[in-house]
Formats: sequence, C-alpha cells, structure tokens
Amino acid sequence: MSRQVRRVAAGLFALFGALFLNLNYVQVLQAGELADHPRNARAIIREYEVQRGSILARSGEQPVEVARSVETDDALRFLRRYPQGELFGHVTGFSSLVYGDTEIEAIFDEQLGSGGRQRFVHSITDLLAGREETGDDVVSTIRTSVQRAAAAGLGGRKGSVVALDPRNGEILALWSSPPYDPNTLSSHDPDRIRAYWRQLEADPDDPLVNRAIRSLYPPGSTFKIVTAASALREGVSPDTTFPDPTEQPLPNTTATIGNFGGGTCNGGAPISFSQALTVSCNTTFAQLGLRIGDRALVEQARQFGLNRSWELQMPAVATSAIPPDLDPAEVAQSAIGQRDVRVTPLQVAVISGAIANGGRLMTPRIVKRVEDFGGGVVEKFPPEPLALDGDARAVSQDVAATLREMMTSVVTSGTATGAQLPGVTVAGKTGTAETGTNEPPTVWFTGFAPAEDARVAVAVVLEEGGGLGEAATGGAVAAPIGAQVIQAALAAEE
Amino acid sequence: MRLRRAVDPGVRAVRARSNTELRLLALAVLVVLCAYALVSLSQEEALPGDLPVYAGTLAAMAVGAHLCSRRLAPGADPLLLPLAFLLNGLGLAMVRRIQFAYAAEDPGTPALGPAQTVWTVVGLVAFCLTLAVVRDTRVMDGYRYLIGACALALLVLPLVPGLGYSVRGAQLWVRLAGFTVQPAEFAKIGLTVFYASYLAEKRALLSEATSRVGPLLIPPARAFGPLLVAWLASLAVLVLQSDLGLSLLFFGGFILLLYVATGRVAYPILGTLLFAAGGLFAWSTLDHVRLRIAIWLDVWSLPDEGYQLAQSLFALGTGGVLGVGWGQGRPDFIPDVHTDFIFSAFGEEAGLVGTTALLLCYFLIVGRGFAASLRCRSDFETLLGAGLTILFGLQVFVILGGVTRLIPLTGLTLPFVSYGGSSLVANYVLIALLLRLSANQPARPPRRAAAATRAAGSA
Repeated sequence: MSRQVRRVAAGLFALFGALFLNLNYVQVLQAGELADHPRNARAIIREYEVQRGSILARSGEQPVEVARSVETDDALRFLRRYPQGELFGHVTGFSSLVYGDTEIEAIFDEQLGSGGRQRFVHSITDLLAGREETGDDVVSTIRTSVQRAAAAGLGGRKGSVVALDPRNGEILALWSSPPYDPNTLSSHDPDRIRAYWRQLEADPDDPLVNRAIRSLYPPGSTFKIVTAASALREGVSPDTTFPDPTEQPLPNTTATIGNFGGGTCNGGAPISFSQALTVSCNTTFAQLGLRIGDRALVEQARQFGLNRSWELQMPAVATSAIPPDLDPAEVAQSAIGQRDVRVTPLQVAVISGAIANGGRLMTPRIVKRVEDFGGGVVEKFPPEPLALDGDARAVSQDVAATLREMMTSVVTSGTATGAQLPGVTVAGKTGTAETGTNEPPTVWFTGFAPAEDARVAVAVVLEEGGGLGEAATGGAVAAPIGAQVIQAALAAEE
Repeated sequence: MRLRRAVDPGVRAVRARSNTELRLLALAVLVVLCAYALVSLSQEEALPGDLPVYAGTLAAMAVGAHLCSRRLAPGADPLLLPLAFLLNGLGLAMVRRIQFAYAAEDPGTPALGPAQTVWTVVGLVAFCLTLAVVRDTRVMDGYRYLIGACALALLVLPLVPGLGYSVRGAQLWVRLAGFTVQPAEFAKIGLTVFYASYLAEKRALLSEATSRVGPLLIPPARAFGPLLVAWLASLAVLVLQSDLGLSLLFFGGFILLLYVATGRVAYPILGTLLFAAGGLFAWSTLDHVRLRIAIWLDVWSLPDEGYQLAQSLFALGTGGVLGVGWGQGRPDFIPDVHTDFIFSAFGEEAGLVGTTALLLCYFLIVGRGFAASLRCRSDFETLLGAGLTILFGLQVFVILGGVTRLIPLTGLTLPFVSYGGSSLVANYVLIALLLRLSANQPARPPRRAAAATRAAGSA
C-alpha cells in the first residue's frame, strides 16, 4: 500500500502547491488592483483620512468657501460640508460615499484629494513640518452675489441662469433650478444618502439635472442672433428691407410661419432687418433663413459653438446642436430657433458673450486655479480663446459691432425693454419657444452689458412659461431676471 | 577513553525525539506569546497586563501536553504536537484581535478570546485522554461497527427536531446544555476509523480484478457497492444538511482511501464520475450550490451574494506580501471572519509571508501524517493514518481554496485556527491518533545513535 500512500500524498502536496501559487496570484499579482478596488472600503476610509481641499467662490475680492471638509469622530474622518446648502450644489457637485463625485468635485478630485501632481513634494514638506496631509483648494470663478441674484431671479421656478465674463470666459453664476442639497448626499450615512437620492430621482422636476450645462432647450427667438450674424455676413445690411406679410409660406409644404400673436410686424409696410430683430419678427427671419440657406446658417451656428463638443471644467457637458442638411422649410423654421435646434443655457450665454467680445469666443471656465494650503498656485487656467479651425472669431468685429447696436435697440425699444437698467446700456434678445400646442412656452433672455464694453453676458431660461402659462413671453418673464443678474455682476466688479 | 554507561540506543532515540518535541513546543509558545503581545500593543497601545500569567498558562498547557505524549506515546513524531499547538496559539491571538474589531463596532459582542482559550484547554485534555485511552490503535479495529454506528448517529443528530440548530441554512449544530456542538467534526474521525477497518479487511476482495478496459483493471461489479453507499451517504449529507463542504470531504476522503487500500485506479476514476454526476445533480436542484458556483465564477458581478468572498479577496490583496501589520487591518469587514474566513484576516495583517507560514504548518502536518502511515505495520493502521491525514489535508485545501477563490467556497473550519470548540477538540483527537500511530512503530534509530551502537559494539 505504501506506493498508493505516496501517490495520494503527492496528490495532496500538489493541491497545497496550487494553494500556494494562488496565494501568490491574489496577494502579489492582483494585490494592487484588490487594494484599490472601488468596493474595497479600506480605500474609501483611506480617502476620507485626507482633508479634502476647499472649493472657493469670490465675494468681492474675498474668497468664500462653498465646499470644505471638517473633522468628525466617525469611522470616516472627514465630512464634506457645503455651507451655503443648495446655492452652489450644481457648481461644486457632491462627494458621495454611495454615488461618487460630480461636477467640480469629480473633475478636480485628484487635486482636492491626495492625488495632486505636486503631492510628493507636499508630502515631504508636510512630513518635515509635522503637518497632516491635506488636499489642494480649487478657486472657482463664481461670484457669490451673482449666483444669489440668479437664484433669487428664478425664485424656485424651473430653469437656469448662466452669467459669464465675455472678456475671459469666467463663469460668474451657474444656477439650475430646482437645486438639491449636496450636504445630504455627502453625509456619512448611506441610508440617508440613498433615501434622499431616491427622493430626488422621483421628483418630476429633476433637481439632479444640471440644466445650465446638460439640458437642451429649443432656443426660440434667441437663435435669431445667429441667423442675423449669418445674414450680415452674407451682405444683408441693417437697413435692408423685407416684405411684411402676416404669414410666411414655406416651400414644398402647406405649413407657414406666423408672427407672435398673429398679424404683421410693421403694419404691412416693408420692414428693415434691424427693426425685424427689435420686434423679433418671425416672418422676416423666415425669409432670411430661406435667403442664406442651410449651409451658411449651420456654419455660423458651428462658429458660435454648436455641433461641437468643447471642454468645460465640468463633466458631460451637453452639445448644443442644429441638424445639418436642412430643406428650405426646415431652414426657415430653424432660423427662428424652432424645429430641431437645441441649446444649453451655457451655449446661449457663450453666443452673447462672443458678440459682446467683438466676435471672439472665449472658452468658458469655472475654475481659475488650484492652490495649496499656503496659497501657492499649483495649477492655473488662464483665459483661452475657444478656437474653431484655428480661429476663435465667431463673427468679424464689424458684424459684432452691428449686432451689438441691433441688440441694444431690442432692449431700448423692442421686446426686451424689461431688461433695461438705469445708467447702463444693455444689449439683449428674448425668446419664447413653443414646446407644443397648448403648452406653456420655454422663455428666454440673453444679453450683455455695458453694451459698448461688456463685462457680463447672461442667459436666462424658464421652463413652462415660468409659471405664467401660455401667455408667457421671454420679454415679460426672463428679461427682468437677466437685468437683475447683470446688475449684480456689474456691482460685484466695482 | 572512558567508557560511558551503555544506554539502549532505542531508548536514547525516543528520549531525543521527546526532547525535540519539547524544544519545538517552547518555540511555538514563544511565537504565540509574541502574537499575543502584538495584538495588545496594536489595540491597547500597551503590553497586555496579564502577559506573565498568559505566558505561564500557555507554557503549562504545552508542558502538560508534552508530558502526556512523552509518557503515553514515547517515540511519537515530535513535530505534530508543536505544529498543532502553534496553529492553535496563532488562532487564539487572531480570534482575540478580531474580538477587538468586533467590540469597536458593537461593545456588546460576547468575548470570543476567553471562550476559545477554554476550548484549547478542553482540546488538550481530549488530546491526552485519547493518548491514554487508545494505547493501541488496533483496539479500534475490533469496535469498528460500534464506532461507525456512533459516527452515523452523530452525523444525523442535528436533524433531530428540538436538538438540531441551523446556521445560515446548514443544519449542522446541536445545542447541548447551553453549548453548541458540531457533531460532524467528531463523526469525521469515527467514519475514518470505520473506513480504514472495513477496507483493511476487504482490500484483497476489492482489489481483485476481473476484467480490463485498456490499461485499467476493473474489479467485479459488487466491489463497487461500498463506493455507491459512500456516494449516496454524501449526497444525503448535502441534501439533508445543506453542507457542501462536509459532503465533499466525506466522499473525497473515501475514494482516496479506497484507492490506497486497493491500488485500483478504477475507483478514483469512477468516483470522480460519480462526483461529477452528484455535482450536476446538486447544481441543477439546489439553489445554494448553484449560487456558490456562480459566485466563484464571477464574484464581482454579484455584489450582494458574493460580498463575503469579495471582502476576503480585498483583505488578502490589501495585505500584499508583507501585510499591513497585526491590528492594522479591518478583519471586521469580512462577515464571519472568526470562523471560516480567519485565514483572510491573517492574509491582510501578516501578508503572503504569514499565509505561507500557515500553509507550511499544514503542509508539514500532512507530510508527518503520511510518514506515520507509511511506517505502520498493519493494514488497518496504515489506512487509518492515511485516512486521517487525507481528511485533515483535504479540509485545509477545501477551505483555503474557497476563501482564496481557487475553488467554489464551501463552509468548513480551518483546523486549529478557526474559532469554534468542536473543530478544535476533534482535531486534537485526530493529532493524538496520528501521534499514537507514529509511536507504536519502533523509531528508526537516528544516524548518530546507529554510530553509537557501532562504537559500543567495537568497544
């Protein structure tokens, strides 16, 4: 029997050998992967051992913490707090145990946490100073007073406000309503986090959606700025006149385009291009669309940033779009911002900003720089033109100047008189986009000020007529909010 | 040259072996004391206040067991007891460390450490009693039916209503006078005694080949009877008690022993086929078996069901080569870490170095077990030694393979290390039996002793 015993022994030893090899595989080859596995709670605990850096906004020249980490006695050492609650929720995002990070918290996770590029150097100086490891601070471009004005302007109604500095692309306010409270989502209680998340997900108003950069709306008449830019480039002058019918027939279809509230724009007499923009005359712009054609219109839209994905310091920014290859009827409808044209509020603010900035597009930025604990700049994000095919100019300086004048008269004597401000020339355009028959429209205002040397450009959008029902217009609902935000932005600069 | 008083070289060899055992036990006590101190240093930031008392207790236990083996089993293998004691002691230290982790979560958790220490004493007493009662293993040969019947009775005990008690679906425990006992741990040993005795008697009959298929010699059909009985019994354990690990252990142990007894490869081949058939049956009819296999195949896609195994792998991976250090890991992340998954706690805190050390201890025990079996002179003893060693080795393989995801996980305790009294006591009995088997054989005189004999002769 000893032969069999030896064989069985050899067999068992082979099994032990397999155990040993497998242990080497798990504890050596796979070790790193397992140690950093997202479901390995040890990694999370280690992450929470580091004091995450703050996210800062500006109030005057003072930095204001809108996200910071405070020490607790929990198993997870540091707790993420957002002192202003909902106000900056869609800017900072949240840093959740259960749902991960979003927005700035996500894009700048490395710098805020312990994985920053300069971390090694920091660690040694930290070590020598006996200082604990902390993350770097992210300095955002947001101004608290402008953000507050945006939130107050919408007053809980569904919609969004984006304000930016057209000269350098700095985003001054980025408000999406309804907001959510990032504090709850960033707590250390998974049950509470999940319960709040479920509540937010079930909310028909979608508070989790950051409308400013991820909701695509029909632009309505705000898109006439793009059509106008294209027309000016094609040689149409502000004084060029057009017939003023009550309805503009469209080729190859029985459909027509009518004006807001029916009727004509100028009592039936020929109407100038400039006058048509001031009163937002649909029939004129339909004719312009037919005249310039789909190629020129789509190309102009592309130069303003549509149909392109550009980098913002935020994840998953939606791409605003106008379908290429339109038939004449579709061009006419697209020219007044209907049909399948879809834009984000940020995109609309960028279009206004380009005109305000002499035709030059600036890349929108929400983070200016990253600072270490001593205020030293670790990373910088200087102003950058948003170039297309090497050219950051959406329109020529002349076209921009003409449009600026035309948009100024929209505010002084047209549809956007609600956006007037004492002592400041405001340029702007309203929009009232139909979303369906018998449905309240999506209402818009976009503009900039001071018109001659703009320091702020805004886009304001409200869903479902901002609560005013089917009769709502951009001029009545959105323009006054735009004025408030512009005023706050100009005041913050002084 | 002055002549020394001639000592019988056999006696001298026996004494040398006993002294080796004592020295190795001293080493084991030292290692265990270090582990004990490290747990306190990491958890309480101070040396344990009762370190001298604990050292005394450990030393007393080791010396007591040693004196028993020295007196009752002279010439026995000097490695088995120290290895068992070392594993037991390291298990105690880890159970105590896990106790700290549990207490940090919930201060109300009952203390595991003291209970396991009491079980250690009981285990060592059982070790001594086994050596005292079983003076000659051949005695058991005569009682094989009684022992076999007792083992079966123990096995079905948990199924008795009012007595049985199930933990997470497995009907394996018996509650007796406030204690929960796992009778299967003892039944394993009884069944192995029965197998060994039965096969020793029938081996000639069972190895008789009547036909040939290719190179395979095939015994007559009726010779396969015992194999079928063992197979059905294993399936019964699987279905009635929902215990995959035990079932696998019984059947695997039996076919290997059948092969040892007969030398017929046909048995393990047919056994493997039967195992495959049984496995297929279990897979298709028993949800928990199917789930175990699904978890094994892809632990990451089943975050809830595979949670325990994933946590085990996280612990092993986090430990890496050197481990995070005693008391620095998070054993409490693994559900039931103090029983089936205690190895993973070692993996995190002591790293590959620690797990390899444990594996080596088991490897040595298995090696010494087979060595004892090979030196036995009767068929029964050879089979008993091989059977007990196979049982022990397979159990270690099945549970360690399970927690490291080499094979599907089946719940078995890790001998000597896992928390739990029944397993500890039964394994001490098993080691005592191996010691007895190795002691009944005349020790081969070591080379130096042989030289001494020659020297004495020439003088």
